[in-house]
Formats: sequence, C-alpha cells, structure tokens
Amino acid sequence: MTAALLAEKVEVVFDQFRALKGVSVEVHPGESFGLVGESGSGKSTLLRAIAGLAPVASGSITVTGKPLGRRRDKAFYRQVQMVFQDPYGSLHPRQTVDRLLQEPLAVHGIGDSETRIRRALEEVGLSSGFRFRYSHQLSGGQRQRVAIARALILEPSILLLDEPTSALDASVQAEVLNLLEQVRRDRKLTYLMVSHDLAVINHMCERLMVMQNGESVEQLTAADLVSHNVAQDYTRRLLKASEGFVRVG
Amino acid sequence: MSAPDISEMGWREWLLSERPQSRSQARLGRAYMTWRRFTANQLAVIGLFIILALVFVAIFAGLLAPYSPVVGDLRGARLLPPDWAHWMGTDDQGRDILSRVIYGSRLTLYVIVLVALIAAPIGLIVGTVAGYAGGWTDAILMRITDIFLAFPKLILALAFVAALGPGIENAIIAIAITSWPPYARIARAETLMVRNSDYIKAVEIMGASPGRIIMRHIMPMCISSLIVRVTLDMAGIIIIAAGLGFLGLGAQPPLPEWGAMIASGRRFILDQWWVAAMPGMAILVVSLGFNLLGDGLRDALDPRSSGQ
Amino acid sequence: MSGNLLEVDNLKVRFPTRTGVIEAVRGVSFSLGRERLGIVGESGSGKSQTGRAIMGLTDPRAEVTADRLEFDGIDLLSLPARERRALRGKRVAMILQDPKYSLDPVISIGRQIVETLRTHEKVSKAEARERALDMLAAVQIRDPKRVFDLYPHEVSGGMGQRAMIAMMLIAGPELLIADEPTSALDVTVQLDVLAILDRLVAERGMGLVFISHDLRLVSSFCDRVVVMYAGRVVEQLPASELANAQHPYTQGLLDCMPKIGADRHPLPVLARKAEWAA
Repeated sequence: MTAALLAEKVEVVFDQFRALKGVSVEVHPGESFGLVGESGSGKSTLLRAIAGLAPVASGSITVTGKPLGRRRDKAFYRQVQMVFQDPYGSLHPRQTVDRLLQEPLAVHGIGDSETRIRRALEEVGLSSGFRFRYSHQLSGGQRQRVAIARALILEPSILLLDEPTSALDASVQAEVLNLLEQVRRDRKLTYLMVSHDLAVINHMCERLMVMQNGESVEQLTAADLVSHNVAQDYTRRLLKASEGFVRVG
Repeated sequence: MSAPDISEMGWREWLLSERPQSRSQARLGRAYMTWRRFTANQLAVIGLFIILALVFVAIFAGLLAPYSPVVGDLRGARLLPPDWAHWMGTDDQGRDILSRVIYGSRLTLYVIVLVALIAAPIGLIVGTVAGYAGGWTDAILMRITDIFLAFPKLILALAFVAALGPGIENAIIAIAITSWPPYARIARAETLMVRNSDYIKAVEIMGASPGRIIMRHIMPMCISSLIVRVTLDMAGIIIIAAGLGFLGLGAQPPLPEWGAMIASGRRFILDQWWVAAMPGMAILVVSLGFNLLGDGLRDALDPRSSGQ
Repeated sequence: MSGNLLEVDNLKVRFPTRTGVIEAVRGVSFSLGRERLGIVGESGSGKSQTGRAIMGLTDPRAEVTADRLEFDGIDLLSLPARERRALRGKRVAMILQDPKYSLDPVISIGRQIVETLRTHEKVSKAEARERALDMLAAVQIRDPKRVFDLYPHEVSGGMGQRAMIAMMLIAGPELLIADEPTSALDVTVQLDVLAILDRLVAERGMGLVFISHDLRLVSSFCDRVVVMYAGRVVEQLPASELANAQHPYTQGLLDCMPKIGADRHPLPVLARKAEWAA
C-alpha cells in the first residue's frame, strides 16, 4: 500500500532559523493523522511545507507515491487542499461566499459552477441564503464552514487541517469537528490535522505525532493516549496539562 | 427559504439585508453601506457637490458661458472690473473672465482625468507586482520608483515638458509620469500587508497563477486607499498643471487654462486684481472640493471599518 | 450579604450604534468575597464587558448602569473619575489576555513595574526597585535582575504574562480581575502561570474574578462559577458541583468538548434555545 502522504527528513529553514529539523511522517490512505505540539514546535510548518507554502530546504515529500518538486502543479492542488486556523483571516474580506467558492473552479477551469457551489454549501450545512454574503456577515463557525466548502469543492483526497477549530467557541468547535468527521466518512478523505489540543486530536485522529522545537518527540496511536501509554516526558506533561488545573496541597 | 419581494420590504431593507439573494444585491448593499458612511460626513458631501458642479459646468460650458472665451472686445471692454455685465470682469484682451473660467473647467477636468487614468494604474501595477513578487523584481521596481521620488514633482514635470515641448497633452504626460511613484509605494505597502494573509495563501493552494492572484485578489485590497490618495492628490495636480500653465509650458494661448490666466494677469495684479484672482479662486475651490471628497472617501472606503 | 468585596446587582452595559442599541450585558448580578470566582461564557456572552465595567474600562461611548456596583462599600458608578483611577491599580487590578498589548513596548519591564508602584505609593526609587525585583521573583522569574531590564518584546509569552501579573500585584490590590489570562499561552506554560496566580491570590487573601471561555479550566481553578449567555447569568454554582449543573446551556457546554478516552462520535452539540437569552 503506498502512503497517501510521505514526508521524509523534511527540513525548513527561514533566514537561518531551522523551523523544522528533519521530520518524517507517513500517512496512510483514508487515515486521519494528528500533529500535536505547542507554538514553535513546527507542526504548522510541516503542514505548510507539504502545501508548498514553506520553503523546503532538504528532504522529500511524496503524495500517493509521486514525489513533489519545488513547484506544485495544478494536479497537486486538486489532490491536496487545506483549511486554515483563523476563519477571520482565511476568507477574502471583499468577496462574497459565492465568489470565494467560484475561484477554485475558475482556476482549474471546471464548469458547472452553479450546481457545484450549491452542492458544496449544502454539504457543509449552509443554506443558500449564505451564498451572497460577505465574510463579515458570517459568524466564526459559518466562516469555517465556508473555508471547508472551498477546500472540498476541488474534490481533493487529502485535507490538511491547520488548527481548524482553535479560534472557535467550544460549542461551535463540536459542530465543525462533527462536520469534518462527516465529510471524511462520506468522501473517504485522508486528514493531516494540526492542533495544540490533545483532546481534539485524540477525538479526530487514529494516529498522532507529538512535536517540539521542530522535531518529532514520538508517534502514538489514539489508544496509547487513552491508556497513557507514552514514552516521553514531554508527552506526559502535555497529557497532564490537558486535564486542567490541579491545585497542589 | 423564499426570497422576500423587494416591494414588500422597501429599498432600504433590501439593500441592508444580511442575507442577499443575488450577486448584484450583495454588491449594491455594500455600495449602499459605503454611501451611508460617506454621507455621514457633511464636509465630504460638500466636496462631492463641488466636484459634481465642476463636471456639470465643464459639460455645459457652451450653454453657461455668456461670452466667447477666446474672442474679446479689444476696443470697449479691456480690463473692466466685475460688474453686472461681466461678473468676474474682463482681461487685457477684453475677454469675459467668467466665460474663460467656465471653459477652463474643461481643461482642468481633462488634465486630472487623464492624469488619474495614466498614473494610478501604473502605480497600482508597479506596486502590487513589486510587493507580491519580492526579491529582485521588488528591488528593481522600487529603486526606479525611488529615482522618480527623489526629484521635486514640479521640477521633474518641467524637465519632461521642456523635453517634450510645451502644450497641454505633454503637460498631462509629464504630470502623470511624475505622480505615479507615490501610488506604487502605497500599493506595495498594502500588498505587503495582505500577501502573507491566509486568504491569499488559500488562493495560492488552489493553484492560482501569480498574475491572477495580483489582479483578482490583491488589487481589490489596494484600490480603496489608492482612490483616496488620488483624490487627495487632485488638488496638487491641478496646481502643478496651473504652475506649468503659469510658466508658459502647459496650455498655450488662447486656451483658457486657469494657471495660464493667472500668469497673464500677474502684470496687472495691483491695479486689476480680478484678472489673476478669479481663476485663482476657481483653483482654490476645486482643490478644496477634492480634498474634502478625499477625506470623506478615506473614512467611507477604509477596509478596516467595513465590518461595522 | 454585606462585607463582601464586590457587589454587582443588575449590571447593564449598552452600546449605542447606528443601527440601534446593542446590549452587551443585560442585568448581571453576583457578589464576591475573598474567593476565586469564575465567569464563563462563549464569545459575545458579555463576560469581558462585565469585567471591564467593574474596572471602569468600558468604552466611553457605552452606557453602564447598575442598581448596585460596589467595591468594599464604595459605589463605583458615582465615584469621580480621579478617585476611580486611583482605585484602579491600587486596590483593584486587571490582567488581560495578551501581555503583548498590555505592556508598553518602549519601556523596560522593570521600569513599568516601578512606575506602577510609585503612582500608588510614596516609596523611594531604590525601595521601589527592591520591591519590583521581589515581585518578579514571586512570579517565579528565575533571574529577576536580568528580566528587570528587558523590554516586553524580548521575553516569551509566558514570561510576559508573569511580568504582567507582577506589575498588577505590586501595589497589593484586594481584587484582581483576570480576563483570559492564559488563553494566549501554550498549555504547559498555562498551568505554571495559573499556579503562580493561585498561590499569590491565596497568600494575599485577594478576591479573584477569573474570566474565561474554558469551562473545564475555570472549574478546576475557581471556587465558584458564574455561567453567562447572551449578556445574562444563566447559572451560578460551586465549581465542585459543575457536574450536576442544572441549566441545559452549562450542561451542553461541558458536554460538547472532546475528552481523551471518551469515544463519542459525533460529539453532542449545543442546541441553543431562544428562551435562554430571554
């Protein structure tokens, strides 16, 4: 079985700063894989390196057995799409939802935009009343739904999720997480999901990698996390922190 | 959800609707919000009124002007002070100054419209390309911009007119060439602000080409600040055009260009003040109008306030 | 219940806008002794505006009314602006979410703490410096002398938030309002900062209002929890009783968060009811 996504010893350097120090990860087709870590751990950088948004200094990235060059071609973007963290920043402030969803279709010369846009909105649970709104007329959760619709409209097989719910309220987070699970089931998607929240990753992913300072700390399964079967102290600290504040004495 | 009928809700509600039913409704609604922000500023409305009056006068100059702007009554009407027959008096050729000022509005409008149409797009393209491409492209484009910025505008315009020869078309070209660099700077600054935003990254990972990203996603973000800046610059452009006219390098006699009129009136400035003062007043009013309009547009178009 | 540190009765905050009046806080009442009170709610619930109104930091365009808004028996709403300013920082202090925005970027951390102290107390420069260093040590900054001379951009988020806590506590306030004090920090740093805050509040016998969106964090940290929804208090209960919350909103909020080990697909979502906001 070829991996859906294979990153080997990926290094990312920004102006002398090694944001990613040779990280390898393998994501199987149909799997949901999580990247957990704190700020500066390189988890988002790895995602951006795969998407072609961060400069890869060395190492290789392979998508369904095909190695990626320096420049990503259009076929890549039809296979891999991304949802960003901040729903307030990832939608163009001067475009309506309709225009936002039209753009990927126009870029790839896909016709039939009318039905595709309607279907995409329906899939993420937005009524047609949202179609001609500007992003400032939407709530955070609705914006993230639009962002998911935009990613799905090209019918990719791999979705990169960069903290898709960390800017949302808890109740809205639950709705968006449910939506992500639903579309993954319906479309048999592969997820690579970044979060600082262990509980979210545990909920969404079968396997995960803990990262710190641009390096991999360890790889675990969701079951390992539940049974606290972890090898590294850092992971243990993260686990403890996710349980809330404990008063000493 | 059934679309409520326009007649049921009235235009206002239709425009302000939080859930527009069509592309055009969304666009009109947005324009209406901008218009409401704009009209909240009374001075800006006065500015708009002045500019609309200028356009009106320019279009209907033939009907509004009581006399010919170029042929005067040399024998009986030289240098008459303002009175009921000649509201702004007459000049040394016996021409009615009011008629000349009215016809002059056409030249003024001609100059600013053409300068805006030439300079703003050049600045926009140079700035957004430099800002988005970065690296060498940025360095080269911005150093060229710096070279133009290093000269005082009027001096550079003078040099160009001297090289191209006097005349109003050449004056327009010269002013346009000297006024795009600030627009390029503004466009570049705006581009640098948005180019790393997630919404531009989102278009990049759709596989959109750089040209498409600049044209369709970055330029719309730069345009409002550019419109404001161009409007505020209009006053300066009018004055440079007038300055070139004053120096004899812009519009040539007998064209009733306001700057050239002031120049010809300076010989009589102590005894027949109106010859220079009347076109001067016209320049003042129109410049003021553009400044007020620009200030109002700044508040109305500010993308950062468009949320509320 | 007199003798309380803070009495809030029917607090309302209204923002007049072009399209009408927005009521951010609609009649909030609670009282606070020398204890840790958590105010929990989602964005737009009015929790932050409640904190700001107590501090007197509401936007001047807004209208703040209350039947009672008293700190230690002092009526805050009728207090002249000057006296209110004097109260702020000296007896009532506030910690905001992001130290980046609440520390002055061009003044060193040490000087900011010294100046805060010297505006509220007449102390010599040398003594103020001593106390600032002690305070930095109290927030577990390992090398106070070095941090004293650093500028806010030169320290990490966790360090900056500790410096902020030091600055707010230097004048020895009796009431501390913390608005999402750790939300901008990494989870592991978050707990360190909370532990420091917890110890200082306990040692100095302060009252604490802890405003947060994180119900689980608040319930593990505070003695009592006030749950807000759409500008109103929907439920008040001891933190230990949270599991037995009565209001469906509180229950829903607790329920909808993913938990490690709880295998719930899909997650229960909150079905908002119009009557909660009524």
